[in-house]
Amino acid sequence: MGTDKIKVIVSKVGLDGHDRGAKVVASLLKERGMEVVYLGMYQTPEGIIKAAVDEDADVIGLSYLSGEHLVYTPKIVDEMKRYGLDDVLLIVGGSFPPEDIEVMKRMGVDEVFRGGSLTSSIITYITENVR
Amino acid sequence: MKRTAIPRKHADSPQELVERLISGDRRAAARAITLVEKGAAPGTELMKRLYRHMGRSMVVGITGAGGSGKSSLINHMIHVLRSQGRRVGVVAVDPTSPFSGGALLGDRLRFQAHSMDEGVYIRSMASRGYLGGLARATTDVVRIIEAMGNDVVIVETLGAGQDEVDIIHVAQTCVLVLTPGMGDDIQAMKAGIMEIADIIVVNKADLDGAETCLRSLEATVHYGLAEKDADWIPRVMPTVAASARSEDVRGIEDLVDAILAHQSYLRNGTAIHEVQAKRVEQELGLVFRDEIQKVVFKGLKGTGKKRRYIRAILEGRTDPYSVVEEVLKTFLKV
Repeated sequence: MGTDKIKVIVSKVGLDGHDRGAKVVASLLKERGMEVVYLGMYQTPEGIIKAAVDEDADVIGLSYLSGEHLVYTPKIVDEMKRYGLDDVLLIVGGSFPPEDIEVMKRMGVDEVFRGGSLTSSIITYITENVR
Repeated sequence: MKRTAIPRKHADSPQELVERLISGDRRAAARAITLVEKGAAPGTELMKRLYRHMGRSMVVGITGAGGSGKSSLINHMIHVLRSQGRRVGVVAVDPTSPFSGGALLGDRLRFQAHSMDEGVYIRSMASRGYLGGLARATTDVVRIIEAMGNDVVIVETLGAGQDEVDIIHVAQTCVLVLTPGMGDDIQAMKAGIMEIADIIVVNKADLDGAETCLRSLEATVHYGLAEKDADWIPRVMPTVAASARSEDVRGIEDLVDAILAHQSYLRNGTAIHEVQAKRVEQELGLVFRDEIQKVVFKGLKGTGKKRRYIRAILEGRTDPYSVVEEVLKTFLKV
């Protein structure tokens, strides 16, 4: 009782069918005491944001592998604005060229973790920046 | 760029949240749920105000073992209920890790087809160590989702075993989901979860052994009837909720019909009042237990007494029963 848990939505967007990374991160966050709503593959930006609203999420984590990150990320950011989720952390992880990190941050992503990132860096980032 | 200094959560007053959520504002409802899950004073304040707006929803519980297909069934049930024009709320409970305190909430992904529908509100909950198949705050969360104006609230328990039966205190209609190959009729005759079902579903009815399973469950239901003097005979029905081909999904309309039939049975007679009264009794018990514990532990805090009691029990000088008796005498003046 009296606990304040961090709630995280972990999802993939579009037709990208590679969910190993998202599952690894979801398990990791669970191991570190967070409540993870795992949405899996083939989600739409609208569906992810509606889930974040219903679940009163603190963090949205997106996983990309097949090169759609610059297509879907701005749509997610737009949806977050539409629903007024300006206080929810948006984090992106996966495989993409290093130069796209800055591009995504300019779009409105709070932090980006490429393949090879230390799991501890993800946890530290979330716990230090939520709320 | 984002990180504003505004404290996001719990910035709104309980009164404000209640007003907004009863007008159907899902964001207000979502925040209200976070508040009551937290279990602190603002959550209590909110529930006090909310009770004036008791909902009239049908509350349907779905229980059964992990992997039996509860979430997939609910996904199709939402579809049928929506096609009948009913607004639907869902609370889906999954277990909290006893080691990390975290949870992987994996029910919602089965309902994501409905995430764009404004007439559907879905909330995942971690059990947070509460036993009985639900979370401590589930009763309150159901009240909130009822107050939003939903016609039906579906409560999905975590993967339940033989004795996780708290769902009967929350739901008016209980659906137990079984699958073929889970045991013989002796398993079905045991006390506990088998007894609480108003409707028993044999899901994955396309698997071998489904016919035998259905027959032995039907027989078992009838063994018990003579003693119960029941007006409602639990129904046993086959479903296929998940299939590679959507045309192979079956039994869902029948299941929804059975749920609605049970609801009219409850509401046409006085049975619904008994169910409601039992629910309030259960809530009252829970709140009493929590509040007494809070009062006592708050009083013991900083006195070092708790540690001394534990040592005394370990050294065999006293026992937990005598300690509690003594403590309650001081705190509650009984």
